[in-house]
Amino acid sequence: MDYFLELFFGGLTRGSIYALIALGYTMVYGIIQLINFAHGEIYMIGAFVALIVAGVCTIYGLSGVSILILAGIVAVIYASAYGYTLEKIAYRPLRDAPRLSPLISAIGMSIFLQNYVLLAQTPDFLPFPRLIPEFAFMEPVAYILGSPELVILVTTLVTMILLTLLIKKTKIGKAMRATQQDMNMARLVGVSVDRIISLTFVIGSALAAIGGVLVASYIGQVNFYIGFLAGVKAFTAAVLGGIGSISGAVLGGLILGWAESFAAGYISSDYEDVFTFGLLVLILILRPSGILGKSTKQKV
Amino acid sequence: MQNLKQSILVSVWFVFLTFPLMVVRVNTMDNIVVWRWESLVWVAYEAFVLSYFWRFLMQRKAVREKALAANDNLVELIKNDSLVQNNFIFVLLVLLQIVPAFFYSFVLPWSYLFGFFLLAFLLAVGIRKYQYRKGLGSFARVDEAVSDKPRLNLLENHSFRIRAQLVILTISLIFPLVVDTYQSNIMISALIYVVLGLGLNISVGLAGLLDLGYVAFFGVGAYSYALLNHHFGLGFWVTLPIGGLLGCLFGVLLGFPILRLRGDYLAIVTLGFGMIFKVVMENWDALSFGPSGIANIDKPGLFGIDMDLAGSTVYIYYIMIALVVFTIIVTNRLKNSRIGRAWIALREDEIACVAMGIDMARTKLSAYALGAFWAGMVGVLFAAKTTFINPASFTFMESAIILSIVVLGGMGSILGVILGAFILILLPEYLRAFSEYRMLVFGASMTLMMIFRPQGLISNLRQTYQYKGSKEMSDNG
Repeated sequence: MDYFLELFFGGLTRGSIYALIALGYTMVYGIIQLINFAHGEIYMIGAFVALIVAGVCTIYGLSGVSILILAGIVAVIYASAYGYTLEKIAYRPLRDAPRLSPLISAIGMSIFLQNYVLLAQTPDFLPFPRLIPEFAFMEPVAYILGSPELVILVTTLVTMILLTLLIKKTKIGKAMRATQQDMNMARLVGVSVDRIISLTFVIGSALAAIGGVLVASYIGQVNFYIGFLAGVKAFTAAVLGGIGSISGAVLGGLILGWAESFAAGYISSDYEDVFTFGLLVLILILRPSGILGKSTKQKV
Repeated sequence: MQNLKQSILVSVWFVFLTFPLMVVRVNTMDNIVVWRWESLVWVAYEAFVLSYFWRFLMQRKAVREKALAANDNLVELIKNDSLVQNNFIFVLLVLLQIVPAFFYSFVLPWSYLFGFFLLAFLLAVGIRKYQYRKGLGSFARVDEAVSDKPRLNLLENHSFRIRAQLVILTISLIFPLVVDTYQSNIMISALIYVVLGLGLNISVGLAGLLDLGYVAFFGVGAYSYALLNHHFGLGFWVTLPIGGLLGCLFGVLLGFPILRLRGDYLAIVTLGFGMIFKVVMENWDALSFGPSGIANIDKPGLFGIDMDLAGSTVYIYYIMIALVVFTIIVTNRLKNSRIGRAWIALREDEIACVAMGIDMARTKLSAYALGAFWAGMVGVLFAAKTTFINPASFTFMESAIILSIVVLGGMGSILGVILGAFILILLPEYLRAFSEYRMLVFGASMTLMMIFRPQGLISNLRQTYQYKGSKEMSDNG
């Protein structure tokens, strides 16, 4: 039972990170029907910037939690800036192009950003300082759910609640929903569509950066390649839940996290990634619109 | 003045953006921070220059699109093109790339790269000017549309094409005899990518099915030769068709579940297949010997004659040339065949294509299968050439390289793909100092190509059919 619970919480933690990244995919896809292939790289850049800030701060003698918060904030700012720039340079000029063009452009940007970090920094894994403190009250259950996991779960939960409030209650959220439903109509009623799209990229990137910082301080290492796999898995989560749907992304992330955790725990950890992609292929065959997605009619 | 202000803003923005990654380098093990301030200066300068360049290109693109939509005279437009007139500024920009040489640090190769980019562009503008003066290329096509003059485009001239093909073939046949083994080896790998590019061109360029796991088929071919050779001692020539057919089979197998998907979903699923292939090969020790791979694969034999290393390299080179020629002929025929036209129809509009009575399943599967066939065949050759394979040769990066070959060269264009493969594989080989920067350039060029030249370096010439009964019949290959 303990083993089961350990896997359960492990999957939950993992799944909530996937959900954070998947939200970026789903929000962007919902508005401009583009798979932002470079989203995983934004996540990686978030983690890397956090590492750099944390490293510099450690050397100049700051203490644990304050570093984590500072690194988190800087990472979010930078990831958002990168997301914004990415949209402006690589996707905006292709808004009216055939559908394959922005996707190829996105793949190009993904490769570019990976290699940019590789060349500007290092190809090696860098150890990420353990910044999340061990809470004393978690001691009795630490073998099932450790403090870092708890921090991840709480942070994710808070972030998601904030995001939901932003989308459901604010004027910006209303404009985002309008743009998602009908871009031209939204433009007609005075929504600045370009700004909303930029904003979507900024928010998605910020969420990815939060995920990146949490994962990096949890796993304890970072390199230029971590974004790629995380990105593909988060995309799987988004598709699983139904791409374009925000609650779907969260649900998909959690399901994927559990599936991976249990499959790795009970079957074999070597083939963990195979399970993920197997799951992706299965969903796409059986229900391409995902669990919560609406199936749309195709027109010429 | 407006331009200047904007460029300074861009420059400041990029300084901010690249600050942590380009300037700070932190070693968390030994707690050392290295500050590389010189890269800050460089980023500021480069962002300033490139933002000018970017704006020029964007303006030009906008003007052209507008003119094309309004059916204006393109020649007049290009003649008055600000870029063609302002060559001087760009020569200056290229020359100024030497400035960072004084820093002599890690920004140096980066700045030379940008210099190359600008230089290449300058060259392209120069060629266009030349074409304009001589009435060649796309100018000729516009001229013709305006004035009924016959076409002068060299690539469409039948006799020129045949002569050019003969010359290229002769050069490529003499090539291994005059250069050393090292050069032949590089050329073989470039040719391998030519075939891979042409294979991927079938599914991506012609049928519009973006395949990000193409390297898996290549791996299937390589592993089938390695395993058949290891376990049963089968020779190269027997396995060559087997590898191709196995690739084909895998193409169909993977194609079936994803028939209903399109565009971006398809890309991700094929990416997943590529990854699954690699993970399985890494972990299924009983079959593939895991990450350590399979060594001592036989080189192709020639009637039992023993050959030294140089001899067998030349031999493989000739096999490769034959394979390339075979691929070119077959893909060219396929492109203009019934199935090829079905692929293009599928690419242009799936629903309309199906409504016209084209069997979607068969068309898609055949695109996959035929694309995979070439990858399988050339995989066998790859295994025979390196005599050692392991899963590390079949990563996503390889798929990305092949894809950027197709994108850079021109989707659907055979000549373009060949050119793309040579540029992307040979340039990094000969410019050793920049070979680490190769993926960076590939990535950037994929994006830039999509924005500024989506048709690739050499755009795919649409087959035109003419009524041959008219009096003035132009020679149209």
